[in-house]
Amino acid sequence: MTAAAEVGVEPLPDVPQQRARSSRRSTGLWFLVRKLFGAATSLLFMLVVNFFLFRVIPSDPVRTLARGRATTPKQVAALTKTLGLDQPLPVQFLTYLKNTATGQFGVSFQYRQSVGSLLIDRLWPTLALVGTSTILSILIGLWMGTLAAWYRGQMFDTISTTGTIVLYSMPEWWLGLILFFLFAVGFGPIPGVFPIGGLIDPGVNGSSVHGVLNMAWHLTLPVVTLTIAYLAEYALIMRSALLDEMGEDYLVTARAKGLRDVLVRRRHATRNALLPVVTLVALNLGFIVSGAITIETVFSIPGLGLLTTDALKIPDYPVLQGAFLVFSASVIVANLIAQLLYGWLDPRVRL
Amino acid sequence: MTTEAGQTAQTVQALSPRRVTWLRRRDAAVRSWKSFARHRIGVAGLVVLVLFALMAVFAPLLANSNGLEVTKATGPVMGAPSSHYWLGTDESGRSVLTLLIWGSRVSLFVGLFATLISVVIGTLIGISSGHFGGRIGGLLFRLTEWFLVIPFLPLALVLASLLGASLVNIAFVIGITSWPGTALLIRSQTLSIEARPYMERARVLGAGNWHQMTRHVLPNVMPMVFANTTLTVAGAILAETTLSFLGLGDPTRVSWGTMLDSAFSNGAMSLGAWWYLIPPGVCVVLVVLSFTVVGQALEEIFNPRLRQR
Repeated sequence: MTAAAEVGVEPLPDVPQQRARSSRRSTGLWFLVRKLFGAATSLLFMLVVNFFLFRVIPSDPVRTLARGRATTPKQVAALTKTLGLDQPLPVQFLTYLKNTATGQFGVSFQYRQSVGSLLIDRLWPTLALVGTSTILSILIGLWMGTLAAWYRGQMFDTISTTGTIVLYSMPEWWLGLILFFLFAVGFGPIPGVFPIGGLIDPGVNGSSVHGVLNMAWHLTLPVVTLTIAYLAEYALIMRSALLDEMGEDYLVTARAKGLRDVLVRRRHATRNALLPVVTLVALNLGFIVSGAITIETVFSIPGLGLLTTDALKIPDYPVLQGAFLVFSASVIVANLIAQLLYGWLDPRVRL
Repeated sequence: MTTEAGQTAQTVQALSPRRVTWLRRRDAAVRSWKSFARHRIGVAGLVVLVLFALMAVFAPLLANSNGLEVTKATGPVMGAPSSHYWLGTDESGRSVLTLLIWGSRVSLFVGLFATLISVVIGTLIGISSGHFGGRIGGLLFRLTEWFLVIPFLPLALVLASLLGASLVNIAFVIGITSWPGTALLIRSQTLSIEARPYMERARVLGAGNWHQMTRHVLPNVMPMVFANTTLTVAGAILAETTLSFLGLGDPTRVSWGTMLDSAFSNGAMSLGAWWYLIPPGVCVVLVVLSFTVVGQALEEIFNPRLRQR
């Protein structure tokens, strides 16, 4: 790390060492502050969008909320008061900020339960699904991309690049439908072995060993779907990043030293190519959470995604608002991590 | 190459400046087309796109629009493919092939309309944020970054549910949620063009902001806009399909996405109705794939850095 930092901020010969070191540290600190500030403004912007989206676009929120139900003027007045809509807009915004900060997102129309606790209940199936498939897709995707670039133009490259571009053009939920159709329902000679949806069989205790295995069995097909759907992007980006590095002189040097091909690839080329890939991976983390929306719908896994699509049918605005907040916040956090990681790996970025 | 340059040099004396410009542009277009024609996969994608476009335009000739109406459907419920219904029937006895042909209209229309919105916003904001330095440019850049971090699908879902389901609304929602990528790309292109000497010359000669942006920056970023547009259409069609699948499509129109939605919600999977599940998805993949490969071919032509790949 320190060696890398010296490459970025080369101290001039006549500058005292002490001063150079302090300025280097302050560059890093300044970078951190700048990125944190950027994330904070993004978060604020997102909160403003979230506030206005649900209050301004529907011309009359109360009527939208009471849509399809018979309401008396008295009820409308009461609802207006509960929602705080009789207050001026800035006051409403401050109340909203306070409620968001304390985790009070209101009460779901559909479940008659606080949105905050609903979101927390539904968070972990999504995290299990998304976490597992992210790790798998990164590992497999990077491996495929590396090999494809290293053996460019050969059969593996042709097959994997064609396959990844086709996968990239495919809605991930359609792939899910097909896999569900083939392996959960069964078609022709293929028996339907996998469960047809849900997270756990009814009556099975989720905290026992049997329950955990049962859940893993239920999550297998969705995880496979998301893994296949996402590895395409990682493979493509890894391939192009490695191709960028392959013309570099230091690889010639490494070969001239007599290193074997595998070592040149592993120790030199791949490491440098990983730099842009890391950023992409971290950026993607935030979006994958929302990518789970469709897959959870197909496999009826009770996570945040299914909660969102169910809320759309009502429409259950407090739930939608809360879920939107969680999805956007996860992107902002992932984005911040990506930038900090990139700054840590590549000191040139910090300047 | 040399003969083309020679021709242009000869015609300079005889023709007006406007004509010279026009000839030069025509030469450039011919050259781009020739390098595109060398790109075999790109040409294949273009052929597929033309076929789908013909199918959408001539839908009334290929399939009777009466076949779309549930009340006039005469086929069996979820019937398997037969000599009469080549791709079987749906849950109300309509021919899947008819739905597929008419669905191409909606999918392509929404894809293209959404792309138009997205590209216009993206190009405007990209060029202005690259051209105007200082506070305005910085603010526009910030705005782009903010929109970039809003996750696309949740925002689109929320907007579509708030605005109500109609074709134009869906296109609008996709358009205003997918412009930031274009804007960032165009901004970086603009910045590199702004640094070129002829921009300085134009400024010294007294060219205003509008003249600089429309006469110098825009023609130079246009190729990238064009390549990006094709890729944006691919994304927009995918987005339309996904939104329709989640039940936010226009209920009065059939698109490939709404077909998959009704296949899913009417249990086509447990009934083994593969003819209802596979064809719409294959159409989506074919169209999106074709737009992607055409876009990539164009990118390679217009961006020399990618040419060795």
